[in-house]
Amino acid sequence: MGGRLTLITGRTREQAIGMHKGKASKEYRCATELVEMNPDDMTRLRIQDGGLVRLHTVAGEVELIAKAGSLPPGLVFVPMGASANMLVEAETHGTGMPSFKGSEVTVEPA
Amino acid sequence: MTTMVEHIACTFCGCVCDDIVVEVEGSRIAGVRGACVVGRGVLDEYDPEVRRPVVAGREVDWEQAVGAAAAILNEADSPLIYGLSSTAIEAQRKAVKLADRLGAIIDTTSSVCHGPTGLAMQAVGEATCTLGEVRDRADLIVFWGCNPAASHPRHFGRFSLTPAGALTPNGRADRTVVVVDVRPTGSSKQADHFLQVNAGADFEVLTALRYLARGEDVEAAAIGGIPVSQLRDLVRTMKACRYGVVFMGMGLTMSRGRHLNVGELFSLVAELNTYTRFSVIPMRGHGNVAGADQVLTWSSGYPFAVSFARGYPQFGPGEFSAVDVLARGEADAALIVASDPVAHLPRAAAEHLEHIPTILLDPTPSLTASIAQVVFPTASYGLDAAGTAYRMDNVPIPLHRLFASGRPTDEEILDRIIEAVT
Repeated sequence: MGGRLTLITGRTREQAIGMHKGKASKEYRCATELVEMNPDDMTRLRIQDGGLVRLHTVAGEVELIAKAGSLPPGLVFVPMGASANMLVEAETHGTGMPSFKGSEVTVEPA
Repeated sequence: MTTMVEHIACTFCGCVCDDIVVEVEGSRIAGVRGACVVGRGVLDEYDPEVRRPVVAGREVDWEQAVGAAAAILNEADSPLIYGLSSTAIEAQRKAVKLADRLGAIIDTTSSVCHGPTGLAMQAVGEATCTLGEVRDRADLIVFWGCNPAASHPRHFGRFSLTPAGALTPNGRADRTVVVVDVRPTGSSKQADHFLQVNAGADFEVLTALRYLARGEDVEAAAIGGIPVSQLRDLVRTMKACRYGVVFMGMGLTMSRGRHLNVGELFSLVAELNTYTRFSVIPMRGHGNVAGADQVLTWSSGYPFAVSFARGYPQFGPGEFSAVDVLARGEADAALIVASDPVAHLPRAAAEHLEHIPTILLDPTPSLTASIAQVVFPTASYGLDAAGTAYRMDNVPIPLHRLFASGRPTDEEILDRIIEAVT
């Protein structure tokens, strides 16, 4: 059983640069198929920097490369894109805006 | 032979930097000067080769593709028109006209970026200014829930941190910079003060700031993970500045509270005008997403999520917004303009586009192009088409045509579809 954390998604420079090269490009896939985590959370969950992890939310599941980042404990960041959107629920609570930031996510070594 | 063209606008983000120098060689771009790392790809990765439209995986001529698109839209009971944030206002106007003609739902990528900001603006108003005023006057800059170092890299240099302005002649030295975010970022490294808020706790922090600003006491030691002493200091700084500006982003609109977070911030900014001058500017993402709001608003009365199904415009976030319409399976055809919803919407919404006939107008290949029934490889505004984009502060910026490629524009294709639908 992996740890329950909070997922946020968003823009990175690498994601934008990769997008111009095409969403099938190596640059784009490397930029978007990763999850940044707090290093202490990674140790606690026995996740290696650069290791493959499985993320699971009520919306779906996806496997990404884990990367240590400057995040507070309990928070994980996935760059915006098709991988992140496997995890984002379509419920908008009457606003039109899904929870691109703030979903509960479990993360475990794949 | 190469030609140097100055004052070219980059259409990638809401800064719409219009000071780029481009070296044009025939119908290709040989060099780009002045563009940032995330924007320059719009210019130097663009392939202007004329490609034929595609219907059901087969290349056809333009008239056949227009006929196929019109047939799909005529057949549909509840078509959705979506995207529009990376095309020019001239095309956005045609998209609204087509939606009106069809009785369609029309929504833009605003609904998944600053849609909640639009709702807050309707609820409490927005005290705002232009980026020129920011550069010339602002001595306090607050970035809340945004990271321009990654998403708008030239914002700091052109408008908000370092440029010398009329009343800020010493640039960065004349400005105090505060970043509020859930994690340290490239932007927080540039700040004088970084306040790290707990994820999803922006609303209570903003409420506490409103209390403190009106002289009320806050008993808690910390709110949303931020010591109240830091919030008191921030309020003091806000009240003492000559001209304060808050730039706000997805950290507020995409988190729990959404439009309520933004409304609380807009209220705080309005109230600070009791003591000094204060404004707020939403950090708009796509190059002309502000234009999409403008066009929808001036032509229908509403900024996004508009249905023409009853013969008059109705506003319905949650009802007529793209994510909701697609995830509930209500749209039975889609026309996407200059956007890639298959990549950028939640999977449950995006996958519905694979089950309905989807038409796409876009200059560049995308994941949506790979599932669309009809694809029009159109010209790119600011490269091989001229038009107008609205910067994040709603200042219109002309987009020049750098070279002729022979590709039709979104506006021309939408015009032909409007003529072809019944």
